[in-house]
Amino acid sequence: MKLVWQSKWTLWAGLAVAVIAVVLAPLLLNDFRLALLAKYLCYAMVAVGIGLAWGQGGMLTLGQGLFFGLGGYIMAMHMKLADAKGGVPDFMSLYGTGEVPIWWEPFRSPGVTLVAIVAVPALAALILGWAVFTRGVRGAYFAILSQALVYAFALLLVNQQQTTGGTNGLNGFKGFFGLALSDPANKRMLYFIAAGVLVAMVIATRALMRSRFGELLIAVRDQENRVRFLGYDPAWTKVFAYVIAAVFAGIGGALFVPIVGIISPANVGVTPSILFLAGVVIGGRTTLLGPVLGTIGLRFVETQLSETYPAFWTYFQGALFILVICFLPQGMASIGTWLKWLRRRREVTA
Amino acid sequence: MSAAAVERIAHDYLEVRGLVVDFDGFHAVDGVDLTVTKGDLRFLIGPNGAGKTTIIDAITGLTKATGSAVFGVELLGMATHRIVRAGVGRTFQTASVIEDLTVLQNLDIAAGMRRRRLTLLRARKSTPPEVTAALETIGLAEHADKRAGTLAHGQKQWLEIGMLLVQDARLLLLDEPVAGMSAEERQQTGELLQHIAQTRTIVVVEHDMEFLRSFADSVTVLHQGKVIAEGSVAEVQADPKVIEVYLGPSETFAPAAERPPKERPKVTGPSRPVATAPEKFRPPRKITPPTGGADA
Repeated sequence: MKLVWQSKWTLWAGLAVAVIAVVLAPLLLNDFRLALLAKYLCYAMVAVGIGLAWGQGGMLTLGQGLFFGLGGYIMAMHMKLADAKGGVPDFMSLYGTGEVPIWWEPFRSPGVTLVAIVAVPALAALILGWAVFTRGVRGAYFAILSQALVYAFALLLVNQQQTTGGTNGLNGFKGFFGLALSDPANKRMLYFIAAGVLVAMVIATRALMRSRFGELLIAVRDQENRVRFLGYDPAWTKVFAYVIAAVFAGIGGALFVPIVGIISPANVGVTPSILFLAGVVIGGRTTLLGPVLGTIGLRFVETQLSETYPAFWTYFQGALFILVICFLPQGMASIGTWLKWLRRRREVTA
Repeated sequence: MSAAAVERIAHDYLEVRGLVVDFDGFHAVDGVDLTVTKGDLRFLIGPNGAGKTTIIDAITGLTKATGSAVFGVELLGMATHRIVRAGVGRTFQTASVIEDLTVLQNLDIAAGMRRRRLTLLRARKSTPPEVTAALETIGLAEHADKRAGTLAHGQKQWLEIGMLLVQDARLLLLDEPVAGMSAEERQQTGELLQHIAQTRTIVVVEHDMEFLRSFADSVTVLHQGKVIAEGSVAEVQADPKVIEVYLGPSETFAPAAERPPKERPKVTGPSRPVATAPEKFRPPRKITPPTGGADA
């Protein structure tokens, strides 16, 4: 469990591998594949946050779509307004009153947008976390609550078609902070931004896991009541980790929009929220890199398989899930430990 | 220790008045008064259901109670983590260390409650002095980097006591600290508690009469939520009410006053010359095989 992130040496080695992989990818992949990879990186950002909140903090965050959506829609609103060049976004004239609602206005400013992408999910998670964790809601109850919230959020988006684009969501973007999205060079740059942000998140998470806060978070996960008797309020430890996870999800959502070109309720609802978790489970939730590699791997296989056998993918995913939970509850990252155990057992019996 | 700290500790005492814990009409603790001063290693005994653990739960905010419990400040009604910050620490019947962390990490977390919040975000660079001191006191220095989950049962209990020391608890409430320990571990634990009691206020809930006789300075006997006797070991043993509760009226308690509390002979091993009668009072408890360093 500790192998991946223990020493300074592994940090530099890991960083070197990551940089090489990031630089090599555009040389090896065509633009279409590269855009797909960039999309997976956005999902991986959500996964890093889930790894922290769930793997280290024990909070089963089944509703990260909420924060992913907040970040995504904020970015999308800004891009829509920027495309309209001071006017009214196209879909509003089609479905709505033809006027820009007041709550859209602040997002005309790129600065406000960038701040809001971080601040709005953080604030939402802070309020939500405070309300939930100080009341001692945890375990399955927390999971159900977060799931219900994300369902309500998706429903709200669908019902407000005049201002949110409804089921269609927001799409058809032309530019990203003044850069034309049609230019492949800009698409490649978006990929590099996503890769850089993800690497920064992994490094930040590593620092958090190694800090005293990281130790405290594990203590809260395993013995929440005991931690009270050490003089800490466990609720705030959890809230902090939850806020970090929300910010990562929000940034992931914000980068998702220019990379994929759409954000809609289908990207943020219940199903995508569960899928965010899937990669974390398969990769190994208690490890640093498990969630990242698990998510990228799972999404890659998903694309490959659903291209060749569209009907087969869901079954495969279900089977993989069952296999991992039955035989590798700590995820693929624990495969090494598992093999070691197997070898030792063979030595003992031999 | 600074003069101010000495002064502060000299005035530490726990004062419980009219404590009542009401479980839906049943008074598990029924008007208990209790005063424990620093330097007094107080034992709380009584048959099962007498309310010993419930009193500790009430003082530490786990169970709602009425009356008053003062240790510098009124503790009843405070949130548990604030009670702890007021200098009260406790252990549980089952050792509850954080098994996934090392011994050092467990102690470091316990030392951390007074650290500023932001310093939590930094990694530990060196071992804090109070942690090193506690490692020595509880005799786990060579196990500092072991996962707490791999410790022997007795060592876990010592780790818990060590955690109370580094968090600088001035009132220690220990719930059956020697349950499941070997004779040698009991002896070491008792000596450790006597050492700690010189500077802190300690209340021990215990079933083990032998342990009590060897180490208690004073004893409070509870029965059905009420205090029925209080005093030195000898006084309590001679008290007819205590004899009745424990033995029924016809039998007599174990030899009293053989050993005045302040002149304890240093005895080791299970074969010390103590009365055999106490075996009767020991309720069934979880048997944990005594393993690990202390036996070696």
